[in-house]
Amino acid sequence: MIYDPAPLAIFIFLGFVFGTVGLSFYLGRKAKSSEGYFAAHGQIPWAVNGVAFAGDYLSAASFLGICGMIAAYGYDGFLYSIGFLAGWIVALFVIAEPMKRLGKFTFADALDAKFNSRGIKGAAGISTLVVSVFYLIPQMVGAGSLIQPLLGLPHWVGVVMVGVVVIMIVVTAGMVSTTWVQFLKGSLLVIFSTVLVVMLLQKGLTTDTSSFETIGPLSEEDLKQNTILGREVIPATGGWLGTDGKNQEFIRLAPEGKDVRAGYDIYHIDDIPGSDQKLLRQAQAVTGSGASRLIDGAPNGRGPRERELQPIGHLSKLPGGRTSTGPLGPISFFTTIGDSEVILWGSTTITNSKGPKTTVYYQKPTPGKRVLRPGEHPKFAGIRGESFGDRLNFLSLMLALFCGTASLPHILIRYYTVKDGSAARKSTIVGIAAIGFFYVLTLYLGLGAMTSGALDLTDTNMSAPLLANSIRPWLFAVISAIAFTTVLGTVSGLILASSGAVAHDLLIGVMGMKLSGEAQVKVAKLAAVVVGGIAIVLGVLFKELNVGYLVGWAFSVAASANLPALVMLLFWKKTTKEGIIASVLVGMISSLGWILLSADTYKSVYGLNPENAIAPFSQPGIITIPLAFITLIVVSLYYGNRPDETANEVSA
Amino acid sequence: MNSSDSPSPQRRFNTRLGLFLFLIYLVLYTGFVLINAFAADQMETIILAGLNLAIVYGFGLIVFALVLALIYGMLCRTEPIEDATTGEAATAQGDSK
Repeated sequence: MIYDPAPLAIFIFLGFVFGTVGLSFYLGRKAKSSEGYFAAHGQIPWAVNGVAFAGDYLSAASFLGICGMIAAYGYDGFLYSIGFLAGWIVALFVIAEPMKRLGKFTFADALDAKFNSRGIKGAAGISTLVVSVFYLIPQMVGAGSLIQPLLGLPHWVGVVMVGVVVIMIVVTAGMVSTTWVQFLKGSLLVIFSTVLVVMLLQKGLTTDTSSFETIGPLSEEDLKQNTILGREVIPATGGWLGTDGKNQEFIRLAPEGKDVRAGYDIYHIDDIPGSDQKLLRQAQAVTGSGASRLIDGAPNGRGPRERELQPIGHLSKLPGGRTSTGPLGPISFFTTIGDSEVILWGSTTITNSKGPKTTVYYQKPTPGKRVLRPGEHPKFAGIRGESFGDRLNFLSLMLALFCGTASLPHILIRYYTVKDGSAARKSTIVGIAAIGFFYVLTLYLGLGAMTSGALDLTDTNMSAPLLANSIRPWLFAVISAIAFTTVLGTVSGLILASSGAVAHDLLIGVMGMKLSGEAQVKVAKLAAVVVGGIAIVLGVLFKELNVGYLVGWAFSVAASANLPALVMLLFWKKTTKEGIIASVLVGMISSLGWILLSADTYKSVYGLNPENAIAPFSQPGIITIPLAFITLIVVSLYYGNRPDETANEVSA
Repeated sequence: MNSSDSPSPQRRFNTRLGLFLFLIYLVLYTGFVLINAFAADQMETIILAGLNLAIVYGFGLIVFALVLALIYGMLCRTEPIEDATTGEAATAQGDSK
């Protein structure tokens, strides 16, 4: 699709971004000490901290990734919403208050509270860095994809913009300004998502049968002719013949005037159930990639002999043969979709002996009730299959989501910004309310986008903003600006957590540097600049990766490395420092190693055949989380035979 | 951190309450995940107001998380000494005993 940057959109966008950043500078101008930089002096009101939790947590993956996944495949994306929210139950009931009680600035502080061990600070500091950097990459990539359609700037400009703005936020006033950015972004995100859903329900659902052409029914004989309805058929060669030269899937028709340079119209050959007649449904083909790519055989553009991808996402039938429903309620929205027919899009890759590959996207009419149940997304289809490994993979993902939230360092450090355990508890409850409400909205936003007729075939991450565009153009600017501040808020939290890990845990705790409060802040700021720079580079390098993909990694690593140590420290008296160090390292290394050897990574990162992957399924959590628990118990029991040493450590 | 070695009765109550509510939620979440993993077809069953099990159970888990959180917030007992003052608070607590 080709986006037209509108002046109004740019104006609203810049207004939002400057407003948010400016306000947080103003509010955060006073933080100079290390207490101020890392923990906002512990003086953030609990209600503000609660909304800031939402701002910190609801990242580009939640907003752009989940909505995009629901828009493309239906209910499956909502499974992430459920898992992401369930994780907060662990945070509230198990982690929140002890975390506040034990620590001061960083996650390592809490783990190390009883032991004062360099090893724990080192292991926890490194795991904080690893998790935060994995979490950073998708945020930066997401920022780049947002800037492209909105401002018409290349991807890397978006990444650099986010990086520079965030480094400024973090370096000027650390946790204070970060908190206010997150507070503003959390409020805006929830409010405007609600506005969007209300407008969506007001508008109701409509059918669209004219955007894409349908020809037929035709008999097998008709398809073998040189012309169809008077239009010339382009003979199929090479990959266009289908597998083994049989099972041809597509037919290409020459455009009016037989001008071959003007590309072709392409149709998918569909069976008509209960008859041997065929139906031709229009498809869209992309050949090659980048600026030189061809759309339906013609250069990408709007001039003569150029073509562009058409927006997708519509209903082909509504219940009772209606063409429009009028305003719908929050329940009738689902029941109506359930009784409708939705057009989803599948894709096939055509490989020819010479020239680049062609990806053909074709319509898949799907009964509405299938998009309201789990198992339609390729990643989740395994739960309807035969393989036990696929089911384990699903269980493993849901376990990592459940355990991951309460072990994300950038979330945990928010607990140090309030004054006591009771404020930590209250702010978590506010956070759960805001985040839970938002996640309920994701199902409406995603399904709304699925039926909006505005989606970009090649970029599902843009679904939520494009849904807004289909309702009101100004709303597109507002939603994109909020998505951009979403990235700002989360990235600030991540960079702050990383800079704390470098300055407070690694340099002071492990290397034994003696730094005054102010010098510590200087070092932390320097670390923030370096981590920010690394994030910019990685964001540019990994621009092809799906936004949701790396967030899943970060959750698995966090859940395996951090949660077992934290939980056992709180609930098992025999835990030793050796046990904690071993558990963090084993959890981190085993989950990372598993991910690097998994089929998903083979396919999306290395470009290797996923069938050669060594890990039996892609999500490590179900193996590596218990492994970290067992490691901690075994190592602690082994070292626990020397009680004197431990006793000394405690009193020290 | 001496304070965590001898928790006050209020803190002990809060911790137990937290674990109890956590277990309730854990059972419900596990139920949802297991139905998805091993009986995905059940998720299509229409159970309430024309909505299927997937939507009702999914929304239910989100709403119930908030309900449990509110219950926890209301039942939790205030701990006698605020934690933010750390060192001094712990000593003060020790002295008062």
